[in-house]
Amino acid sequence: MKLLLIEDDIEAAEYLLKALKEHGHTADHAVDGEDGLALASNEQYSVLIVDRMIPKIDGLTVIQTLRDVDNRTPILILSALSQVDDRVKGLRAGGDDYLSKPYAFSELLARVEALGRRINPESAQTEYVVGDLKLDRLAHIVQRGEDTISLQPREFRLLEYLMLHAEQVVTRTMLLESVWDYHFDPQTNVIDVHISRLRAKIDKNYKTPLLHTVRGAGYVISEEPR
Amino acid sequence: MKSLAKLLTSTAFRLAVMFTFVFALSAALVIGYIYWNTSLLLNRQVEESVRSEAENLSRQYETGGIVRLINVIEQRSAAPGNTIYLLLDHADRPLAGNLYNVPAALDGPPRWIEFKYDRYDGGERSESLARARLFILPGDYTLLVGRAISELRRFEKVITSALFWSLGLILVIGLLAGILVSRRMLVRIDRMAASSRQIMAGDLSERIHETGSGDELDRLAQSLNAMLERIENLLQGMREVSDNIAHDLKTPLTRLQNRVEAVLRAKPSIKNYRGALEKTIEESDFLIRTFNALLAIARVGAGAGETEFVEIETAALLGDIAELYEPTADDINANIVVVPGGPTRFWGDRELISQAIANLIDNALKYGRAKDAVNSKTEIKLQAETDGKKVRISVTDSGSGIPIAEQVRVLDRFVRLQTDHSEPGSGLGLSLVAAVTRYHGGSVEFTDPDASAEKAGGGEGFSVTMVIANKRNRLAG
Repeated sequence: MKLLLIEDDIEAAEYLLKALKEHGHTADHAVDGEDGLALASNEQYSVLIVDRMIPKIDGLTVIQTLRDVDNRTPILILSALSQVDDRVKGLRAGGDDYLSKPYAFSELLARVEALGRRINPESAQTEYVVGDLKLDRLAHIVQRGEDTISLQPREFRLLEYLMLHAEQVVTRTMLLESVWDYHFDPQTNVIDVHISRLRAKIDKNYKTPLLHTVRGAGYVISEEPR
Repeated sequence: MKSLAKLLTSTAFRLAVMFTFVFALSAALVIGYIYWNTSLLLNRQVEESVRSEAENLSRQYETGGIVRLINVIEQRSAAPGNTIYLLLDHADRPLAGNLYNVPAALDGPPRWIEFKYDRYDGGERSESLARARLFILPGDYTLLVGRAISELRRFEKVITSALFWSLGLILVIGLLAGILVSRRMLVRIDRMAASSRQIMAGDLSERIHETGSGDELDRLAQSLNAMLERIENLLQGMREVSDNIAHDLKTPLTRLQNRVEAVLRAKPSIKNYRGALEKTIEESDFLIRTFNALLAIARVGAGAGETEFVEIETAALLGDIAELYEPTADDINANIVVVPGGPTRFWGDRELISQAIANLIDNALKYGRAKDAVNSKTEIKLQAETDGKKVRISVTDSGSGIPIAEQVRVLDRFVRLQTDHSEPGSGLGLSLVAAVTRYHGGSVEFTDPDASAEKAGGGEGFSVTMVIANKRNRLAG
């Protein structure tokens, strides 16, 4: 993917650019809002990563300006402010996702990749397929091979989100945010327990496991062994 | 001298002066009006009686001629009274009357004249003022009828002097009162100013003196004091947070540093390095979490958030959070039950309340297990109740609870009870619960663990309750 990073902290930006490159993405870098806005308007990017507090033009203004001229490139906002109302402000300005500093690179990567591949997720498909696992979004039916698997409503939404982002790493906080709509950090790893329940239902009695744990990052649903 | 100048320039004194002048002016107007009206009335009375007397006499003259007139005048002059008579013939010679010295200038047309005359009252001679009218009778007789008006003049004088005296008194009393009132105000305001200087100098515990009189200055002092109280609390909170950061975050940072140094000193090995780095990430994750929690508590606690309250569906709120923790609870043979009932919905910040409930469930799972956890299932109850104004959200566990003596302390930051150290944690969970509850205009309540243990089988359990005000707007009274 071709990305644009608008971030004034040079060291942090260099680290990010290097890490993104290692994961097969190319990224341009702008150190202030003015440069960032110029680059974002003239080039085609898959995802913009915008820090909130940058010189010359503030991050939120950059986002608003882009949205005003109907630029729909997905945007991930980075901010040192982690409060809920701050997050809401960022999303209201036109951001698609919000990540508060400090963050783990795995979290940023997972979110950027999720944003980059997100093309109108709601209307795209009514059925997700990974290997022999099928999820029918309209009929609420999950099948593995010939077997129909019965899931709790929340387990269904969990699997739906994982399958929407098949082959992509999904972090615990992403799951907590999108499946439960909570933006706080539960002290215990409640998500892990939900995942292991789901795994017991969709993977336990089958030869090839589909739901994999990515150490230090999150989970991925994929046919490929990890 | 300086204090006098201060007094004279004070608002209270200026107001007093202004009011004094307004009062003096209105008093002058009232008294002047009374004076003018009364003297007009009295003068008219004099003229009326003179005119009717003259008419009467001229009738006597018409019916009985000059002789009768002289007789009547003589008669009336002899009677005591205020009326003055004088009858003159064509050569201005007096024919009858009680006026012994004829005033000059009696010639001319009939008109009102005023003159001084000698009055004999019971033999006593006194000079008096008279107001009289000249009448010309047929036969060229001149008749003068008048009345003594000294009384009238004296009355007028009394009123005039009353006017000036009262004006003088009003001015003097008004200015004195002004000085007194403004002195009193100045003393109180100077005291307030002194207190605020002391506060500015750093003594935040200083308060403005309240007299308890409930007047406007007192009410101002009360609200200023309430404001100072709040500021002091906020600053106290800030100080606590920075102290906490200093004390409790330095420990893990030191640990982190020590570990890295130890690995660097040891024999180089990829395995050691990897292990140390992983540990470092783990430790820094914990630090970030603690830091975030601290900031959240400080921000929520200061009431600085701008979150809008929404109507929260109680069943969904409790159901969602119970569902999130259910598998985790199940793993340790515990069960989370949402007790039905309570309000269907209430106002609040869903995210914050969910987080607080999550923290309480987390605590219940860690410390609230039944003593005989192997055989009996631990039950964690989530319940919401309301009396209309307040909403009580409680989390009840099966554990031994927090002793009464510790209940206030555990709400503070980083406080972990002795028994807690077997479980990981930062000691911030209940602090956040307390901050969220305060943010919603309420407080945290605990049950008495000893009291509930005494009940049959101790089956009541220990509950922590968030009592919050059910208000649409957080800041509304």
